[in-house]
Amino acid sequence: MNGSDDRELGDLLRSAIAGDERSYARFLERVARRVRSYVSSRTAQGGIDPEDVVQETLLAIHLKRHTWMPDSAVLPWVLTIARHKLIDAYRRRGRRMEVDLDHIAETYAQPDVETVSERDIGRALASLAPGPRTVVAAISVEGRSIKETAQQLGMKETAVRVALHRGLAAIARRFGRD
Amino acid sequence: MNTDDLIRAISADAGRRPTPLGTAWLLAGMLAVLLGGTVFMLALGPRADAVASLEQARFVAKFAVTLALAAGAFQVLRTLARPGGDVGRLVPWLLVAPALLAVAVMLELAAVPEADWLARLIGTNSRLCLTFIPLIGAGPLAIFLLALRHGATTRPVLAGAVAGLLAGGLAGAFYAAHCPDDSPLFVATWYSLAILGLAALGALLAPRIARW
Repeated sequence: MNGSDDRELGDLLRSAIAGDERSYARFLERVARRVRSYVSSRTAQGGIDPEDVVQETLLAIHLKRHTWMPDSAVLPWVLTIARHKLIDAYRRRGRRMEVDLDHIAETYAQPDVETVSERDIGRALASLAPGPRTVVAAISVEGRSIKETAQQLGMKETAVRVALHRGLAAIARRFGRD
Repeated sequence: MNTDDLIRAISADAGRRPTPLGTAWLLAGMLAVLLGGTVFMLALGPRADAVASLEQARFVAKFAVTLALAAGAFQVLRTLARPGGDVGRLVPWLLVAPALLAVAVMLELAAVPEADWLARLIGTNSRLCLTFIPLIGAGPLAIFLLALRHGATTRPVLAGAVAGLLAGGLAGAFYAAHCPDDSPLFVATWYSLAILGLAALGALLAPRIARW
Protein backbone atom coordinates (compact mmCIF):
# COMPACT_ATOMS: atom_id res chain seq x y z
CA MET A 1 0.00 0.00 0.00
CA ASN A 2 1.52 3.33 -0.98
CA GLY A 3 0.66 6.95 -0.37
CA SER A 4 -1.28 7.58 -3.57
CA ASP A 5 -3.39 4.50 -2.86
CA ASP A 6 -4.26 5.86 0.56
CA ARG A 7 -5.06 9.27 -0.93
CA GLU A 8 -7.49 7.63 -3.36
CA LEU A 9 -9.14 5.78 -0.50
CA GLY A 10 -9.34 9.08 1.39
CA ASP A 11 -11.06 10.78 -1.54
CA LEU A 12 -13.55 7.92 -1.86
CA LEU A 13 -14.29 7.91 1.87
CA ARG A 14 -14.76 11.69 1.90
CA SER A 15 -17.36 11.44 -0.89
CA ALA A 16 -18.94 8.50 0.89
CA ILE A 17 -19.29 10.44 4.12
CA ALA A 18 -20.84 13.26 2.11
CA GLY A 19 -23.48 10.74 0.96
CA ASP A 20 -22.21 9.38 -2.40
CA GLU A 21 -23.25 5.71 -2.62
CA ARG A 22 -21.14 4.76 -5.60
CA SER A 23 -17.91 6.05 -4.06
CA TYR A 24 -18.84 4.27 -0.88
CA ALA A 25 -19.30 0.91 -2.65
CA ARG A 26 -15.92 1.30 -4.41
CA PHE A 27 -14.28 2.28 -1.12
CA LEU A 28 -15.75 -0.72 0.71
CA GLU A 29 -14.75 -3.17 -2.03
CA ARG A 30 -11.14 -2.05 -1.88
CA VAL A 31 -11.10 -1.97 1.89
CA ALA A 32 -12.69 -5.45 2.04
CA ARG A 33 -9.83 -6.87 -0.06
CA ARG A 34 -7.24 -5.20 2.14
CA VAL A 35 -8.90 -6.32 5.38
CA ARG A 36 -9.36 -9.85 4.03
CA SER A 37 -5.63 -10.24 3.47
CA TYR A 38 -4.90 -8.74 6.90
CA VAL A 39 -7.34 -11.07 8.65
CA SER A 40 -6.63 -14.24 6.65
CA SER A 41 -2.98 -14.34 7.61
CA ARG A 42 -3.97 -14.04 11.26
CA THR A 43 -6.75 -16.64 11.39
CA ALA A 44 -4.88 -19.50 9.70
CA GLN A 45 -5.28 -21.86 12.66
CA GLY A 46 -7.68 -20.07 14.97
CA GLY A 47 -10.97 -21.73 14.13
CA ILE A 48 -12.31 -18.33 13.08
CA ASP A 49 -13.96 -17.64 9.73
CA PRO A 50 -11.97 -14.72 8.33
CA GLU A 51 -14.91 -13.54 6.24
CA ASP A 52 -16.95 -13.08 9.43
CA VAL A 53 -14.29 -10.69 10.69
CA VAL A 54 -14.17 -8.90 7.32
CA GLN A 55 -17.93 -8.32 7.46
CA GLU A 56 -17.82 -7.21 11.08
CA THR A 57 -15.04 -4.78 10.21
CA LEU A 58 -17.00 -3.32 7.28
CA LEU A 59 -20.04 -2.80 9.52
CA ALA A 60 -17.88 -1.17 12.19
CA ILE A 61 -16.25 1.10 9.59
CA HIS A 62 -19.73 2.10 8.44
CA LEU A 63 -21.18 2.81 11.87
CA LYS A 64 -17.99 4.58 13.05
CA ARG A 65 -16.98 6.36 9.84
CA HIS A 66 -17.20 9.71 11.66
CA THR A 67 -14.17 8.67 13.76
CA TRP A 68 -11.93 9.03 10.70
CA MET A 69 -10.22 12.44 10.58
CA PRO A 70 -10.73 13.70 7.01
CA ASP A 71 -7.10 14.74 6.58
CA SER A 72 -5.48 11.64 8.06
CA ALA A 73 -4.38 8.33 6.49
CA VAL A 74 -7.19 5.83 5.87
CA LEU A 75 -5.44 2.47 6.08
CA PRO A 76 -4.03 2.76 9.62
CA TRP A 77 -7.55 3.66 10.74
CA VAL A 78 -9.09 0.74 8.83
CA LEU A 79 -6.54 -1.78 10.09
CA THR A 80 -6.91 -0.62 13.70
CA ILE A 81 -10.63 -1.36 13.41
CA ALA A 82 -9.91 -4.74 11.77
CA ARG A 83 -7.49 -5.61 14.55
CA HIS A 84 -10.05 -4.61 17.20
CA LYS A 85 -12.66 -6.85 15.56
CA LEU A 86 -10.19 -9.72 15.19
CA ILE A 87 -9.30 -9.58 18.89
CA ASP A 88 -13.02 -9.49 19.66
CA ALA A 89 -13.59 -12.61 17.56
CA TYR A 90 -10.81 -14.49 19.34
CA ARG A 91 -12.13 -13.39 22.71
CA ARG A 92 -15.63 -14.59 21.82
CA ARG A 93 -14.33 -17.89 20.50
CA GLY A 94 -12.47 -18.44 23.77
CA ARG A 95 -15.60 -17.71 25.75
CA ARG A 96 -17.69 -19.96 23.51
CA MET A 97 -15.30 -22.84 24.05
CA GLU A 98 -15.49 -22.36 27.81
CA VAL A 99 -19.27 -22.29 27.62
CA ASP A 100 -19.21 -25.46 25.54
CA LEU A 101 -17.06 -27.25 28.10
CA ASP A 102 -19.33 -26.22 30.97
CA HIS A 103 -22.32 -27.28 28.99
CA ILE A 104 -20.82 -30.67 28.22
CA ALA A 105 -19.78 -31.20 31.83
CA GLU A 106 -23.26 -30.41 33.11
CA THR A 107 -25.05 -32.62 30.66
CA TYR A 108 -22.54 -35.43 30.67
CA ALA A 109 -25.26 -38.04 31.02
CA GLN A 110 -26.95 -36.92 27.82
CA PRO A 111 -24.85 -37.76 24.78
CA ASP A 112 -26.71 -35.61 22.25
CA VAL A 113 -25.36 -32.21 23.32
CA GLU A 114 -26.31 -29.44 20.95
CA THR A 115 -23.15 -27.68 19.87
CA VAL A 116 -23.09 -23.94 19.38
CA SER A 117 -22.85 -23.34 15.67
CA GLU A 118 -20.83 -20.64 14.00
CA ARG A 119 -22.79 -17.43 13.65
CA ASP A 120 -22.75 -15.63 10.36
CA ILE A 121 -24.50 -12.68 8.84
CA GLY A 122 -27.19 -14.96 7.43
CA ARG A 123 -28.19 -15.89 10.94
CA ALA A 124 -27.88 -12.31 12.06
CA LEU A 125 -30.20 -11.32 9.22
CA ALA A 126 -32.66 -14.00 10.30
CA SER A 127 -32.61 -12.58 13.83
CA LEU A 128 -33.80 -9.15 12.72
CA ALA A 129 -37.38 -8.01 13.19
CA PRO A 130 -39.46 -8.76 10.06
CA GLY A 131 -39.52 -5.11 8.88
CA PRO A 132 -35.79 -4.38 8.78
CA ARG A 133 -35.09 -7.96 7.64
CA THR A 134 -37.21 -7.59 4.48
CA VAL A 135 -35.64 -4.22 3.70
CA VAL A 136 -32.03 -5.31 4.30
CA ALA A 137 -32.55 -8.51 2.29
CA ALA A 138 -34.16 -6.64 -0.64
CA ILE A 139 -31.24 -4.20 -0.87
CA SER A 140 -28.38 -6.60 -0.16
CA VAL A 141 -29.27 -10.06 -1.44
CA GLU A 142 -31.76 -9.01 -4.14
CA GLY A 143 -29.71 -5.93 -5.05
CA ARG A 144 -32.62 -3.48 -5.24
CA SER A 145 -32.25 0.27 -4.83
CA ILE A 146 -33.90 2.19 -2.00
CA LYS A 147 -36.50 3.46 -4.47
CA GLU A 148 -37.30 0.00 -5.85
CA THR A 149 -37.51 -1.42 -2.36
CA ALA A 150 -39.90 1.33 -1.34
CA GLN A 151 -42.16 0.63 -4.34
CA GLN A 152 -42.01 -3.13 -3.88
CA LEU A 153 -42.90 -2.96 -0.18
CA GLY A 154 -45.31 -0.03 -0.44
CA MET A 155 -43.22 2.03 1.99
CA LYS A 156 -41.97 5.61 1.93
CA GLU A 157 -38.30 5.98 0.94
CA THR A 158 -37.44 7.58 4.26
CA ALA A 159 -38.98 4.63 6.08
CA VAL A 160 -36.87 2.26 3.96
CA ARG A 161 -33.75 4.26 4.85
CA VAL A 162 -34.55 4.16 8.55
CA ALA A 163 -35.25 0.41 8.44
CA LEU A 164 -32.01 -0.21 6.53
CA HIS A 165 -29.94 1.77 9.02
CA ARG A 166 -31.56 0.11 12.02
CA GLY A 167 -31.11 -3.29 10.43
CA LEU A 168 -27.39 -2.75 9.85
CA ALA A 169 -26.89 -1.44 13.38
CA ALA A 170 -28.76 -4.45 14.77
CA ILE A 171 -26.60 -6.87 12.76
CA ALA A 172 -23.45 -5.16 14.05
CA ARG A 173 -24.71 -5.44 17.65
CA ARG A 174 -25.68 -9.06 17.11
CA PHE A 175 -22.16 -9.86 15.94
CA GLY A 176 -20.67 -8.50 19.13
CA ARG A 177 -22.74 -10.76 21.37
CA ASP A 178 -22.11 -14.23 22.81
CA MET B 1 -25.45 -12.94 2.87
CA ASN B 2 -22.00 -12.67 1.32
CA THR B 3 -19.68 -9.70 1.63
CA ASP B 4 -20.72 -8.14 -1.69
CA ASP B 5 -24.36 -8.20 -0.53
CA LEU B 6 -23.32 -6.54 2.70
CA ILE B 7 -21.40 -3.84 0.81
CA ARG B 8 -24.53 -3.09 -1.22
CA ALA B 9 -26.58 -2.68 1.93
CA ILE B 10 -23.96 -0.53 3.64
CA SER B 11 -23.38 1.79 0.68
CA ALA B 12 -27.16 2.27 0.32
CA ASP B 13 -27.07 3.65 3.88
CA ALA B 14 -24.60 6.40 2.88
CA GLY B 15 -27.37 9.01 2.92
CA ARG B 16 -27.62 8.86 6.67
CA ARG B 17 -24.93 11.25 7.91
CA PRO B 18 -23.44 10.48 11.30
CA THR B 19 -22.93 13.27 13.82
CA PRO B 20 -19.30 14.44 13.52
CA LEU B 21 -17.19 13.53 16.53
CA GLY B 22 -16.16 17.16 17.06
CA THR B 23 -19.80 18.19 17.39
CA ALA B 24 -20.41 15.39 19.87
CA TRP B 25 -17.49 16.49 22.06
CA LEU B 26 -18.51 20.14 21.94
CA LEU B 27 -22.02 19.20 22.97
CA ALA B 28 -20.77 16.84 25.67
CA GLY B 29 -18.44 19.51 27.08
CA MET B 30 -21.16 22.14 27.29
CA LEU B 31 -23.70 19.72 28.78
CA ALA B 32 -21.17 18.49 31.35
CA VAL B 33 -20.33 22.03 32.52
CA LEU B 34 -24.02 22.89 32.68
CA LEU B 35 -24.94 19.75 34.61
CA GLY B 36 -21.96 19.90 36.99
CA GLY B 37 -22.58 23.59 37.57
CA THR B 38 -26.27 23.05 38.30
CA VAL B 39 -25.58 20.29 40.84
CA PHE B 40 -22.90 22.50 42.45
CA MET B 41 -25.16 25.54 42.72
CA LEU B 42 -28.08 23.51 44.07
CA ALA B 43 -26.05 21.51 46.57
CA LEU B 44 -23.35 23.94 47.72
CA GLY B 45 -22.83 27.24 45.89
CA PRO B 46 -19.63 29.30 46.09
CA ARG B 47 -18.33 30.42 49.48
CA ALA B 48 -19.16 33.95 50.59
CA ASP B 49 -15.67 35.34 50.03
CA ALA B 50 -15.05 33.53 46.73
CA VAL B 51 -14.57 36.66 44.63
CA ALA B 52 -12.39 38.41 47.20
CA SER B 53 -10.28 35.25 47.55
CA LEU B 54 -9.26 35.47 43.89
CA GLU B 55 -6.37 37.63 45.12
CA GLN B 56 -4.94 34.73 47.11
CA ALA B 57 -2.52 32.45 45.33
CA ARG B 58 -3.64 29.32 47.18
CA PHE B 59 -7.28 29.83 46.16
CA VAL B 60 -6.39 30.47 42.52
CA ALA B 61 -4.01 27.49 42.43
CA LYS B 62 -6.95 25.15 43.12
CA PHE B 63 -8.57 26.23 39.86
CA ALA B 64 -5.29 26.15 37.92
CA VAL B 65 -4.65 22.53 38.93
CA THR B 66 -8.18 21.20 38.41
CA LEU B 67 -8.79 23.04 35.13
CA ALA B 68 -5.37 21.99 33.79
CA LEU B 69 -6.34 18.41 34.57
CA ALA B 70 -9.68 18.79 32.80
CA ALA B 71 -8.10 20.41 29.73
CA GLY B 72 -5.40 17.75 29.43
CA ALA B 73 -7.82 14.89 29.94
CA PHE B 74 -10.20 16.34 27.34
CA GLN B 75 -7.42 16.35 24.72
CA VAL B 76 -6.39 12.78 25.49
CA LEU B 77 -9.97 11.49 25.65
CA ARG B 78 -10.82 12.91 22.23
CA THR B 79 -7.82 11.11 20.76
CA LEU B 80 -8.64 7.86 22.57
CA ALA B 81 -12.12 7.92 21.01
CA ARG B 82 -10.66 7.43 17.50
CA PRO B 83 -9.15 4.13 16.28
CA GLY B 84 -5.46 4.62 15.65
CA GLY B 85 -5.26 7.97 17.43
CA ASP B 86 -1.73 8.72 18.63
CA VAL B 87 -2.16 8.94 22.39
CA GLY B 88 1.49 8.71 23.40
CA ARG B 89 2.17 12.14 21.94
CA LEU B 90 -0.47 13.65 24.24
CA VAL B 91 0.66 12.19 27.56
CA PRO B 92 2.55 15.39 28.50
CA TRP B 93 -0.85 17.14 28.54
CA LEU B 94 -1.90 14.90 31.40
CA LEU B 95 1.26 15.69 33.36
CA VAL B 96 0.65 19.44 33.52
CA ALA B 97 -1.80 19.26 36.43
CA PRO B 98 0.31 16.92 38.62
CA ALA B 99 3.37 19.09 37.91
CA LEU B 100 1.51 22.27 38.91
CA LEU B 101 0.28 20.54 42.04
CA ALA B 102 3.77 19.32 42.93
CA VAL B 103 5.13 22.86 42.64
CA ALA B 104 2.29 24.22 44.79
CA VAL B 105 2.92 21.56 47.44
CA MET B 106 6.63 22.38 47.57
CA LEU B 107 5.94 26.10 47.91
CA GLU B 108 3.48 25.34 50.69
CA LEU B 109 5.99 23.13 52.52
CA ALA B 110 8.52 25.95 52.28
CA ALA B 111 6.06 28.63 53.43
CA VAL B 112 4.41 26.83 56.34
CA PRO B 113 6.22 25.59 59.49
CA GLU B 114 6.45 21.81 59.74
CA ALA B 115 4.24 21.72 62.84
CA ASP B 116 1.28 22.97 60.78
CA TRP B 117 1.65 20.58 57.84
CA LEU B 118 -0.65 17.89 59.18
CA ALA B 119 -3.37 20.33 60.22
CA ARG B 120 -3.30 21.88 56.74
CA LEU B 121 -3.46 18.47 55.10
CA ILE B 122 -6.40 17.31 57.20
CA GLY B 123 -8.21 20.62 56.76
CA THR B 124 -11.77 21.13 57.96
CA ASN B 125 -13.84 19.56 55.25
CA SER B 126 -12.30 16.41 53.81
CA ARG B 127 -15.50 14.39 54.08
CA LEU B 128 -17.46 17.05 52.21
CA CYS B 129 -14.76 17.07 49.54
CA LEU B 130 -14.87 13.28 49.15
CA THR B 131 -18.65 13.41 48.90
CA PHE B 132 -19.26 16.33 46.60
CA ILE B 133 -16.50 16.02 44.00
CA PRO B 134 -17.83 12.57 42.97
CA LEU B 135 -21.41 13.81 43.24
CA ILE B 136 -20.79 16.86 41.02
CA GLY B 137 -18.66 14.77 38.65
CA ALA B 138 -21.05 11.83 38.22
CA GLY B 139 -23.28 13.54 35.66
CA PRO B 140 -20.38 14.85 33.56
CA LEU B 141 -18.76 11.39 33.68
CA ALA B 142 -21.94 9.81 32.31
CA ILE B 143 -22.05 12.40 29.51
CA PHE B 144 -18.41 11.87 28.56
CA LEU B 145 -18.87 8.09 28.52
CA LEU B 146 -21.83 8.51 26.16
CA ALA B 147 -19.71 10.70 23.87
CA LEU B 148 -17.04 8.00 24.02
CA ARG B 149 -19.70 5.50 22.96
CA HIS B 150 -20.40 7.64 19.91
CA GLY B 151 -16.70 7.34 19.08
CA ALA B 152 -14.84 4.05 18.83
CA THR B 153 -12.16 3.45 21.40
CA THR B 154 -9.85 0.47 21.20
CA ARG B 155 -8.67 1.06 24.79
CA PRO B 156 -11.89 1.36 26.80
CA VAL B 157 -10.37 0.97 30.29
CA LEU B 158 -7.83 3.73 29.72
CA ALA B 159 -10.38 5.93 27.97
CA GLY B 160 -12.84 5.44 30.84
CA ALA B 161 -10.19 6.39 33.38
CA VAL B 162 -9.34 9.53 31.41
CA ALA B 163 -13.06 10.38 31.18
CA GLY B 164 -13.09 10.10 34.99
CA LEU B 165 -10.11 12.45 35.28
CA LEU B 166 -11.91 14.92 33.03
CA ALA B 167 -15.14 14.74 35.02
CA GLY B 168 -13.12 14.91 38.25
CA GLY B 169 -11.11 17.93 37.14
CA LEU B 170 -14.31 19.72 36.23
CA ALA B 171 -16.04 18.76 39.48
CA GLY B 172 -12.94 19.74 41.45
CA ALA B 173 -12.94 23.20 39.88
CA PHE B 174 -16.57 23.73 40.88
CA TYR B 175 -16.03 22.34 44.36
CA ALA B 176 -12.94 24.54 44.84
CA ALA B 177 -15.20 27.60 44.75
CA HIS B 178 -17.01 26.31 47.83
CA CYS B 179 -14.26 24.54 49.78
CA PRO B 180 -12.75 26.63 52.61
CA ASP B 181 -9.51 24.60 52.58
CA ASP B 182 -7.07 26.25 50.19
CA SER B 183 -3.81 24.54 51.18
CA PRO B 184 -2.14 22.60 48.33
CA LEU B 185 -1.55 19.86 50.93
CA PHE B 186 -5.32 19.48 51.28
CA VAL B 187 -5.87 19.58 47.52
CA ALA B 188 -3.12 17.05 46.80
CA THR B 189 -4.65 14.62 49.29
CA TRP B 190 -8.42 14.85 49.16
CA TYR B 191 -9.09 16.25 45.70
CA SER B 192 -6.76 13.64 44.23
CA LEU B 193 -8.50 10.86 46.13
CA ALA B 194 -11.95 11.99 44.99
CA ILE B 195 -10.85 12.44 41.37
CA LEU B 196 -9.11 9.06 41.28
CA GLY B 197 -12.36 7.53 42.51
CA LEU B 198 -14.14 8.95 39.46
CA ALA B 199 -11.31 7.68 37.24
CA ALA B 200 -11.74 4.18 38.68
CA LEU B 201 -15.49 4.37 38.10
CA GLY B 202 -14.91 5.46 34.51
CA ALA B 203 -12.43 2.63 33.91
CA LEU B 204 -14.97 0.17 35.28
CA LEU B 205 -17.95 1.44 33.26
CA ALA B 206 -16.39 2.34 29.90
CA PRO B 207 -15.81 -1.24 28.63
CA ARG B 208 -19.56 -1.86 29.02
CA ILE B 209 -20.84 1.51 27.83
CA ALA B 210 -18.41 2.15 24.97
CA ARG B 211 -18.50 -1.33 23.41
CA TRP B 212 -18.66 -1.36 19.64
